[in-house]
Amino acid sequence: MKLKVDNIAFRYAEEPLFQGLSFNVAAGEFVSILGPSGCGKSTILNLLAGILAPEGGSMAVDGVPIRGMSSHFAYMPQNDLLFPWKTIMQNVCLHGRLRGNEKAARERALKLFPLFGLASYENAWPSDLSGGMRQRAAFLRTALCDADILLLDEPFGALDVISRGDMQDWLVSMKQHLGRTCLLVTHDIDEAIFLSDRILVLGGRPASIRSEYRVTEANRTRDWLYAQGELRHRLHDSIRGLETKKC
Amino acid sequence: MKKSSRAALPALAIIALLALWEALVRLMDIPAYVLPSPSAVLAALWEDRAALLQHSGITVAEALGGMGISLVLAVALGMLMDVSEKVKAILYPILVVTQTVPMIVLSPILILYLGFGAAPKILTVVLMCFFPIVVSFTDGMGQIAPGYVNLIRTYGGNTIQVYTLVKIPYALPALFSGLKVAATYSISGAVVGEWVASQAGIGYYLLRVKNSYALDKMFASVLVIILLSLMMNGLITLLQRLCLPHLYRKDQGRNRK
Repeated sequence: MKLKVDNIAFRYAEEPLFQGLSFNVAAGEFVSILGPSGCGKSTILNLLAGILAPEGGSMAVDGVPIRGMSSHFAYMPQNDLLFPWKTIMQNVCLHGRLRGNEKAARERALKLFPLFGLASYENAWPSDLSGGMRQRAAFLRTALCDADILLLDEPFGALDVISRGDMQDWLVSMKQHLGRTCLLVTHDIDEAIFLSDRILVLGGRPASIRSEYRVTEANRTRDWLYAQGELRHRLHDSIRGLETKKC
Repeated sequence: MKKSSRAALPALAIIALLALWEALVRLMDIPAYVLPSPSAVLAALWEDRAALLQHSGITVAEALGGMGISLVLAVALGMLMDVSEKVKAILYPILVVTQTVPMIVLSPILILYLGFGAAPKILTVVLMCFFPIVVSFTDGMGQIAPGYVNLIRTYGGNTIQVYTLVKIPYALPALFSGLKVAATYSISGAVVGEWVASQAGIGYYLLRVKNSYALDKMFASVLVIILLSLMMNGLITLLQRLCLPHLYRKDQGRNRK
């Protein structure tokens, strides 16, 4: 098991937010955590990234317990958080710069720019880019971290519907290339179905994983997605707490 | 409104006011020791240009020295206050109180302590300029979205890198706003220091011509003070353009997908 989250407890403003939160992610798996707003989806990523510390329970990567910040994770927040005073190239090489190997990062980045739809924008400022491009730049910055698990916190949540769809299509085509374990947090049911190998529904207060759905389709297309009415219905019910059976 | 007319309107208003002033002085035959006409002020400016230039150089040097010291102090104290809430709680109210003391009162005291050289003038500039710089810088750093800091942290950055890579660059536009305010004060600060006791500088020149009731020369030195203050302001704007090129980038490829 790549990532094992076991029996996590966490309190937010004296309110218990998680109690007995447990789930696993296999190596190379794309897992989405789906849930209503305010149920603590992003908090899970913050706990894994080490920005917050759990009160109880344990987390382990490749069987080794983790505590605090760990180089296993690359965290990508909802807001692209590109530095407006740095060029796109300087932005995407941030991790390399912090690790003292900016030059190597630049070379790697240069090869990836076309794949991320950013060719010829190496020296542009973030404010020159559209929302979708900025998000792809933030994605490239995340991908250039030498982390084996990507934590994606509603990466397309700030985009309009059309750009959002384009970005989802792009990510589906990129999954193979990324070859990383991904943990995505979203409240968009379609996005979760479209991108994931497995969907975890988070709910209740204190929250825990309510149910879990596997998505096995190999050929992800929009037409396939639009035909997933039943799964969408079940996920919807599960988010609203109407159904708890596993599938 | 077009950009050109936006700049032209205040200029026109100033020219109209000056014309009115000139006309009133001439028509009502107001003596020069009561109110000199703008043309007389310009004539005095030209006539005394060598002395004014020389004194200006000294005042500008004091102002620049004071600004430099203020900037270093403000960045150091601003970071200290950002690192520790306790330091901020102690220092901030003291900084506010220092601003309530009129400089014209403080200057003679500074001269008692520091003598008649440039030091008390520079210190007067520092006391006037430090506050707007430190306040804008501290507030600029305080307004940063925590996501930026967390990003650096999750990438393995330490506290120094949090400051050099995020907090300071993020606060730079605010710092420049403070510097612009300070730049406008800096010349006045130096002049106040010189006014109290000195042998050189625009403040000294002003005091000398005042004692001889040369009102045209007094107005001329006021004009010089205005020009020098605007020049300091322009200098900061120029620096800002150099330091923050992304705010002045050419509008290329906006709204592309």
